Amino acid sequence: MEKTFKISALDGLHARPCTLLVSAATPFKSEATLRYKDRSANLKSIMSVMSQAVPTGAVITISAVGEDEVALMERVVDIFISQGLGEEC
Amino acid sequence: MLELQGIAVSSGIAIAKAYCLVEPELPVEKMEIENIDAEIARLNETIIKTKSVLETIRNGMTDTVGEEQAAIISAHLLILEDPEMIASMKDKIKQHANAEYALKEVTDTFVQLFESMDNAYMQERAADIKDVAKRLLAGLMNVELPDVSLISSEVIIVAEDLTPSMTAQLDTRFVKGFVTDIGGKTSHTAILARAMGIPAIVGTKTASKSIPHCSMLIMDGDSGIVLEGATEEQQQHYRALQREFKLQNESLQKFSSLPSRSADGHSVEIVGNISKIEDIDSILTNGGDGIGLFRTEFLYMDRDELPTEDEQYDVYKSVLTKLEGKPAVVRTLDIGGDKEVPYLSLPHESNPFLGYRAIRICLNQQAIFRTQLRALLRASNYGDLRIMFPMIATLEEFREAKEILLDVKQQLETEGIPVSEKLQIGMMIEIPSAAIIADLFAQEADFLSIGTNDLIQYTLAADRMNESVSYLYQPYHPAVLRLIKTVIDGAHLHGKWVGMCGEMAGDTTAIPILLGLGLDEFSMSSSSILSARRQIAQLSKEKLATHIEHIFTLRTSSEVEQYVKTMLMEM
Repeated sequence: MEKTFKISALDGLHARPCTLLVSAATPFKSEATLRYKDRSANLKSIMSVMSQAVPTGAVITISAVGEDEVALMERVVDIFISQGLGEEC
Repeated sequence: MLELQGIAVSSGIAIAKAYCLVEPELPVEKMEIENIDAEIARLNETIIKTKSVLETIRNGMTDTVGEEQAAIISAHLLILEDPEMIASMKDKIKQHANAEYALKEVTDTFVQLFESMDNAYMQERAADIKDVAKRLLAGLMNVELPDVSLISSEVIIVAEDLTPSMTAQLDTRFVKGFVTDIGGKTSHTAILARAMGIPAIVGTKTASKSIPHCSMLIMDGDSGIVLEGATEEQQQHYRALQREFKLQNESLQKFSSLPSRSADGHSVEIVGNISKIEDIDSILTNGGDGIGLFRTEFLYMDRDELPTEDEQYDVYKSVLTKLEGKPAVVRTLDIGGDKEVPYLSLPHESNPFLGYRAIRICLNQQAIFRTQLRALLRASNYGDLRIMFPMIATLEEFREAKEILLDVKQQLETEGIPVSEKLQIGMMIEIPSAAIIADLFAQEADFLSIGTNDLIQYTLAADRMNESVSYLYQPYHPAVLRLIKTVIDGAHLHGKWVGMCGEMAGDTTAIPILLGLGLDEFSMSSSSILSARRQIAQLSKEKLATHIEHIFTLRTSSEVEQYVKTMLMEM
């Protein structure tokens, strides 16, 4: 499954938001990726997510594949909303 | 035996092992390895060990400096366990590379990637990767990295220099003194040491290179002497001095509950300078009459983003609550100059002390300023709050800042949030132009507070961080004294009070002059409060008057210093 978000965090996905997202995704078994423009990053790898340098206003897609993909996605959506990182579109 | 002479910036004697904060060299050689599984196991083990070290650091930080700063270490932990990075390293090991080389290759690639980004913030993240890589590499090579937060026995920290973020990790119970290669009386190390009440010697030039890690050190924070490998005789001598120093300190203790009053009954306020909430404790145990300077910029430093209004409100509220009605003078954001805040992306300036800093930033980037003022005004009901603006050069600047404050106040009141009626609005006098027209400012401000560190450097045009011109940092220069007199007289003319929150306010040679001139409030580091109170209790303001007249006929800083010292001896 996948969901698309528009980033509203002021400085984009910098260290703090990346730390939150990666920490949220890591405990799940499913594979998770973040797609921005034509590049994709492993959502469980902080280096890979940070090196995308996603700016504020950007539109990204997060996909999760695996047995607990629904739970993973719920957790990610929760982080996006509670931390004001962005909103689903 | 090694003897070094530095600049004594915080008094006391310490005898303890040297803890050298020197980053070790970690040269990586490429090697062909045979047993791939064993090499991968070695890497895995080191990652696990490094993880537990980082976790210890992070948990320690949560206790001492708070959740926000610990978040940096949380990011380091994720980098350490990054699946992509670990997979790349394992790939290299499978091609018979040694773990050290694999680590260096992989992390260098990421470092280069981040350094080449056109985003300054991301470029700085390269430092985080380097930090983690270094830790991991040291683990693989069995080299111990100096790590201040892991110190668990009494030590004297020896370093080239200390940075605010480094000291944030220090456990103050174990640190007995600081010896650094560079720095002056107003450097971060000096200010921190005085706040902690431990000796510090800076400007030794070579300490970090010549003192061996773990060697026994003796340091005398009054003479500036550092001894390594001292003889038995010398050790005895310094232990005796240390006992004497302790006794003297104990005799000072009785002044913690006495009022701040001169021998002839003139009352003043002796208050403390703080940077974080925890600093209040030592101000209160030393019997401070309140806070004369809360440097709020430390709320903005060593983090990734601006502190929110609520976050600030909590801090200001706790400060005022802890003071139980004693006054707190809070200085609004004073960044720029030597205090950098990377996430604000301020342009690099060739002359930052004369550039875009403090109130100049706040008046331009009003959102930041308004957030801080809202937080302050909301907290004002919890005590006796006095807000002051830093680096005011012109009356227009003060008026604009005050207008913004009053506007924020009105907004709050429309929202039904009350603001204390006792609130005072004042300003710092740090720029000679402001000092000269202090009487004009006094008609519009509730109080003036003289920041001598900057006032002296701007008056003598000498960077206080530059050792080559440190001889020009002259607190007793007749021009500085005349400016101070102008400020005090100007404020008193309009019935306003004057404080001083620079290093000079706690200086035993300056105190008699300042008391004689009628300074109302002396703000200093907590370790100076008791001795300042004792000194003032022994001085008569009335008797000082004739001396002051004479001091103002003297022509040089050294004449003034000599005269005051002789005068104090005769009293």
